[in-house]
Amino acid sequence: MKFGVVQFPGSCDHRDALEAARRVADAQLLWHGDHDLQGVDAVIVPGGFSYGDYLRVGAIARFSPLMESVIAFANDGGPVLGICNGFQVLCEAHLLPGALLPNTSLRFICRQVDVEAVGDSAWSRAGETLSIPVKHTTGRYFAPEIDPAQVVFRYAAGQNPNGSQDDIAGVRNAAGNVVGLMPHPEHAVDALTGSADGLHLFESVLRERVH
Amino acid sequence: MNVSTETLPSVEDAIALGLTRDEYALVCDKLARAPNQVELAMFSLLWSEHCAYKHSKKLLRTLPVEGPKLVMGPGENAGAVDVGGGMAVAFKVESHNHPSAVEPFQGAATGVGGILRDIFAIGARPIAVLDSLRFGEPSSGRSRYLLDRAVAGIGHYGNSVGVPTIGGEVYFEGPYETNCLINAMALGIGETEKLVRSAAAGVGNVVILFGASTGRDGIGGASVLASAELGEGDADKRPTVQVGDPFEENKLIECSLELLEKGLLVSLQDLGAAGLTSSASEMASKGEVGIDIDVAKVPLREADMEPFEIMVSESQERMLCVAEPARVDEVLALCEKWEVHGTAIGEVTDTRHMRIFRSDELVGDMPVDALVDDCPLYDLEPEKPSAPLYPAPKATLSGDFDAHAALLALLSSPNIASRRPLFEQYDCMVGSRTVRRPEQADAAVLALAHGGAIGVSIDGSGRRVAADPYTGAIEAVLECAANLACVGAQPLGLTNCLNFGNPEKPHIAWQLTEAVRGLGDACRALDVPVVGGNVSLYNEGTEGPIYPTPVVGMVGELPDPGRAAQSGFAQEGDTIVLVGDFHPVVPASEVAKLRGHALPDGLPPVDLDAVRATHATVRDAVRSGVVHSCHDIAEGGLAVALAECCLLGGIGAEVDPECDERLFGEQPGTAFLLTGAQDDVAGLGRVIGTVGGENLCVGALCWPLGELRTAHAALAPLFP
Repeated sequence: MKFGVVQFPGSCDHRDALEAARRVADAQLLWHGDHDLQGVDAVIVPGGFSYGDYLRVGAIARFSPLMESVIAFANDGGPVLGICNGFQVLCEAHLLPGALLPNTSLRFICRQVDVEAVGDSAWSRAGETLSIPVKHTTGRYFAPEIDPAQVVFRYAAGQNPNGSQDDIAGVRNAAGNVVGLMPHPEHAVDALTGSADGLHLFESVLRERVH
Repeated sequence: MNVSTETLPSVEDAIALGLTRDEYALVCDKLARAPNQVELAMFSLLWSEHCAYKHSKKLLRTLPVEGPKLVMGPGENAGAVDVGGGMAVAFKVESHNHPSAVEPFQGAATGVGGILRDIFAIGARPIAVLDSLRFGEPSSGRSRYLLDRAVAGIGHYGNSVGVPTIGGEVYFEGPYETNCLINAMALGIGETEKLVRSAAAGVGNVVILFGASTGRDGIGGASVLASAELGEGDADKRPTVQVGDPFEENKLIECSLELLEKGLLVSLQDLGAAGLTSSASEMASKGEVGIDIDVAKVPLREADMEPFEIMVSESQERMLCVAEPARVDEVLALCEKWEVHGTAIGEVTDTRHMRIFRSDELVGDMPVDALVDDCPLYDLEPEKPSAPLYPAPKATLSGDFDAHAALLALLSSPNIASRRPLFEQYDCMVGSRTVRRPEQADAAVLALAHGGAIGVSIDGSGRRVAADPYTGAIEAVLECAANLACVGAQPLGLTNCLNFGNPEKPHIAWQLTEAVRGLGDACRALDVPVVGGNVSLYNEGTEGPIYPTPVVGMVGELPDPGRAAQSGFAQEGDTIVLVGDFHPVVPASEVAKLRGHALPDGLPPVDLDAVRATHATVRDAVRSGVVHSCHDIAEGGLAVALAECCLLGGIGAEVDPECDERLFGEQPGTAFLLTGAQDDVAGLGRVIGTVGGENLCVGALCWPLGELRTAHAALAPLFP
């Protein structure tokens, strides 16, 4: 089992995601200008400010050569996880429904929050509550017509940091192989740095591949 | 070849650029002719206070710069200390005060960008940013505007570039109303053997500029903005403030580190104040060589820029490197991979001259020594002021002693209220090293990949330095070291930023001289070398000088980050011990400020040996793993320290000191509140109480935690 972590110019959390994935399996970086996914079994689109987030968050990254391959991989049923900026990119690529709008505070917010897993997917098991940080300016999820079955993560009651619709923190595609969320599971993989709850996401996809 | 003298500026032009009449005469003497426009522009910047430290260099030479763990000291882009395992941590603090007073968002943002470039210029990967901010009282609309935009600017740059902001401090005092202070500190990590110096070497080697293209932004920033007092019409100086692009910097970091990793460079230097002029001249000076630059090859944002504009532009996100001719193609190919401009613009020569060409035309020719080393250094003329320099603050708390009201007033005062609404705007975790975040412990703690960890803190109290520059500066160092002791860290090195008024005035010269003497004595007492820093003078507005504000940043090592004590009380039933020889006094304290008291003339002396022993006691206890929480007693004294421990831990306490004035007195950096099991910690100091319950009770007086929490959240409404 091997994870591939996409690296765009302006990515910030790609090394963190790489190291997080390596706690459960092999992992390598994938360069934005390549087309080759190097035979990885799952793709993580990490956080950061791809291409400076100029024009609109995630809007340029979605057209990178590597993303063409990621879209094809996802449409073939390959597991893809978008974290923060990666979630924004996956929405721009129409792999996930909805869009991310500026936080209601219009400010960047960095905070540890409780996130409830409310749906099953390649990357989640309903029923768990995870302590995971958020850090973003543009994380207010908006998708008026979303099928409730596609909501896989919600902020715990009273902890919605950005004004997201129905406290939605993360969603999946209809097939369940593509997931995006604003909280950063890769920053919750070691109790020493705050929490190890984020490992559950990486372990979920591993379990899925093994079975 | 004769240098172009089409435009020969006058002595008045030189004065308008910040040189004195005598300095202009000295430039003419060094060149054996009058400087042309390009040369005058370059001299005026390199001979500015900001670049030449002409009023402070003699004082800075008195600071201790030797230490067993020192890897790189003053004079390089950043200092560095050995953290074991063949690794070094590089760090430096720098000011961006005047740009931020004129344009706070970009001023603060580019302050972060600039200090990061200093770090990766020596080959260290940036791993953290801290900031130290000073504003006028938040009751002023202008101060609220500066605060809001400066915090947004720091967050914008740090968050986007991908380096965590792990700590900092902010204080609000009237004397900063016009002239706010924005100091940023950055840390990086790299293999000790691979850190690079900035000296150009190898005659015939190629000088390559890479990063952003060069525009008209920031022209004259170092001389016009950074080396003069603020005054009327500063809004007109907004064009001298640079505009930052953290995306460009993110690519520049990766590109620079990969160039170094692949061994393609002879030397590397960032472009900061005074742009190409300063970086090229310093590289030539350190390498004892000359450099030829062709400004026609510099990629420009505006096609019609004059040679002098290209040489002094402070456009951000640019680096200068020297490479052997055979490596140039590889260097440029790597720049292309990272989508940054890379252009060969010059050559290392044996002339010991900086020669500036526009294609075939020689437009400037100056001896490197004259530019970099021959700026006159001035002796200060210090004189203690005969009358108080600063007006008493406006009283906001009645003079009658009422401990209950005083604690609530202190907790809700801008200098003590929770900084959560500020630091939540910063990414504190990218890089996955942050073991202790803001408000978790007195110092930030970063775990290092090769094992072990570092503690970092940044501190400075202008009000106390204003009351007594010598003792106040000592206290700043002690406070910083105390924060490190709380997490079990042994100080390795210190960086400082000296923010003062106009040193040509005798009372400012006195503040500066005394403060540097205090810094030196404190560093010697704690065996901490000064690894580098920055001086920011002329911090005065129309209503007078700022409080003299030496800001110190310190890095320490600790073996086990898991044992780094948290600030907040941890466990019901723990014994609370007061560690340290604590002699708090009310004058110059936060409670004295709230009561509207004028500053005293002098602070009580500090027994440095006793404090050093106290810090060692605390550090050893924390490292042994028996300490459940540790917090130093700082602003607001014992009462505020107790309240903070309760609030951060979410648990009350019962303590029995006398409930009197001494509860609010201060003596920074000298004493600690430490908790643990009674048998483990009772011997470390004086047992004063027990952790537990829903209230903080001091003798018969009790405050419910909810009441304290509401008071402590007083800054939240400033960031709706």
